[in-house]
Amino acid sequence: MSTTAVSAVRESFRRMADVDAGPTGLNCILWTDEDRAIIDARAVDDKAASGVLAGVPFVAKDNIATTHLPTTCGSRILEGYVSPYEATVIGRLRDAGAVLVGKTNCDEFAMGSSNEYSAWGPVLNPVDRTRVPGGSSGGSAASVAAGIVPIALGSETGGSVRQPASYCGIVGVKPTYGRVSRFGLVAFASSLDQIGVFGATVHDAAAALEVIAGRDPRDATSADCSISPYRSAGTPDLRGLVIGRPREYFPKSLDARVAERCDAALALLRARGAEVREVSLPHTELAIPVYYIIAPAEASSNLARFDGVRYGLREPSDSLREMYERTRTRGFGPEVTRRILLGTYVLSAGYYDAYYRKAQEVRTLIVKDFRDAFDSGVHLLFTPTTPTPAFELGAKSDPYEMYLNDIFTATANLAGVPAMSVPIGEIDGLPIGGQLIAPHFDEQTMFRGAFALEAARAEAR
Amino acid sequence: MAIGPDDVRHVAALARLSVPERQLPELVAQLNGILVHMDALALVNTKDVQATQGIGDAAMPLRIDIGPPIPMNRALDAFAPSVRDGFLLVPRLATHESAGDDSDDEPLE
Repeated sequence: MSTTAVSAVRESFRRMADVDAGPTGLNCILWTDEDRAIIDARAVDDKAASGVLAGVPFVAKDNIATTHLPTTCGSRILEGYVSPYEATVIGRLRDAGAVLVGKTNCDEFAMGSSNEYSAWGPVLNPVDRTRVPGGSSGGSAASVAAGIVPIALGSETGGSVRQPASYCGIVGVKPTYGRVSRFGLVAFASSLDQIGVFGATVHDAAAALEVIAGRDPRDATSADCSISPYRSAGTPDLRGLVIGRPREYFPKSLDARVAERCDAALALLRARGAEVREVSLPHTELAIPVYYIIAPAEASSNLARFDGVRYGLREPSDSLREMYERTRTRGFGPEVTRRILLGTYVLSAGYYDAYYRKAQEVRTLIVKDFRDAFDSGVHLLFTPTTPTPAFELGAKSDPYEMYLNDIFTATANLAGVPAMSVPIGEIDGLPIGGQLIAPHFDEQTMFRGAFALEAARAEAR
Repeated sequence: MAIGPDDVRHVAALARLSVPERQLPELVAQLNGILVHMDALALVNTKDVQATQGIGDAAMPLRIDIGPPIPMNRALDAFAPSVRDGFLLVPRLATHESAGDDSDDEPLE
C-alpha cells in the first residue's frame, strides 16, 4: 500500500496531538503551520517524486533558519523572529521531497545538556516524562522518540545531538566538521558547531545525512569531499574492521551498568568479525575544561549581534549603551548570560593567554590523540555516549555538574571528527547509547559499524 | 585564578550586560565553581604545541571574498521597517536625535 506525502504529514500532526507535543505536554514542538505543511506535501505528491525522502515529514531545531516558521533559538531575545532566508539543509531536505512539519524546542542558543534552559520551558523525555530528554537538541530527539517524525535536524557543539539521542533511545549523528553546510544555523561556537541528524533507525539517519551533506558555496567551512552512499554501508561481515576501546572513556568511576552495556555491544561487533583493541586517548579528561573555555569564548563574540537593533526584542532607552544592556539582560536567560560572561572573561586582557590560548594548545593535543589512535590501525572507536541514562528534571543545579554530561561527546567536536550514538540497551527501563567515532570524513565506516550493531542487537533480542 | 565581584562587573560591562548587585554573589560563586576546573590546563606541558587554528585535514582554502547572493524569501522592503537607497533604517534612539541629524525622516518609533 502506498502512502502519500499528505497522509504522512497528517499522521505526523495526529501524532503530535496524541502525545501532546505542545507546551502542556512533551513541549518538544514549538512552531507549526499545518496548512502550509499540507500544501508542501501536496506539491510532493503532485510531482510524484520518488526520492529517498519523498513525502517524509521532518522537524528542525529552532536554531535553524526557516522562512515560514519562527527561528527563536529558544530565546526571548528572538521572540517572533522569522528569517527571510532558509538554511541550506532545509532547502536540501525539501528538494529531496521531505516536508517540514515543525520547529523544535532546544536549550537557549543550544547551550545546555538537558533542555531545561529554553525560554519556552523544558522538554520532557517521551520514555519517562519525569526525566530530561537531553540537550541541547532535546525537542528534535523527543519528536523522533515519540514517533512524530522519523527524522529530525539538530545541531552539535559539544554533544547536543548524540547525548539526547542516547537519553531518548534513538540514533543521533554528528558529521565531520565541514561535512554539512552551516549556512542558516544560528552560530554558537563556530569552530565546533555542526548540524546533525536524528533517526528512528540507522537507515533513517543515513538517508537524511546523505541528502544534507556536501559543499555549499554559502558556507566557506563546508568541505568539497565526496559523499558515500551511507545507506548501503550495512554489511553483516565486519572482518577486517578494527575497533578501538579507549580506556579513558571507561574510568573506574563509570556506572558499571553503562560499561557492561558497552562491552556487550562490543561483543556483538566482535561476533561479526571485528577486532577490538584497547587504545588510549590520554588527554580526554581535559576536554571539558578546554570545551568550556573555547565554546563560551566563541559564543561571547557570536552573540554580540543580539543587541536590540536588528533582531527581535528591544528594550527602549534614552542611551544606546543602556538600550543594549537592557535588551540583552532581559533577552538572555541565566545559562546564556553565564557563558557570555565566562567567554568574555577568558578573552579579556590578562586572562587570554592563561585560558583561551592554553585551551587551544591543549585542544591540539586532543586532536593529536585521535590522529594517533587512527594512525595505529584502528578504524573506529567505541565509547559510551553518556555516563548515565537520562536524569530527572531539576536534578542538576550546579552548572559544572551539568557540563560533565558532555564528557564523552565534546572531544569529537574539539577534534572535528564524525561520531554517532546508537541505542545499546536499557538501564532501569531507560535507554542508553553507545558512541562510534571515525576519522575525518569517514562517515561510511562509522555507519558500517552502526548498521552492524543495530542488526546484531535486533537478532539477539 | 579566582574571579571577584569587580571582575564580573567589568566583563558584564564589556559584554553589554547588567548584573543586578543582588545576583552578583551567586554569579561570582558559579563562575569560580566553573573556573576552578580550568586550572587543570595550567599543569599541561604545551611547550612547542601550536594552538589549534583549523580543524581536520581539509584546510580552508583562500578564496575570493565573494559568495553567491543570499536567497531571500522576501524582498527587503517586505520585512524591514523601512529601506532607503538599499539600506535598512532601524528605529532611532534618543541619543541619535540629539546628535543633530540632517535627515528629515521621522523617527520610526
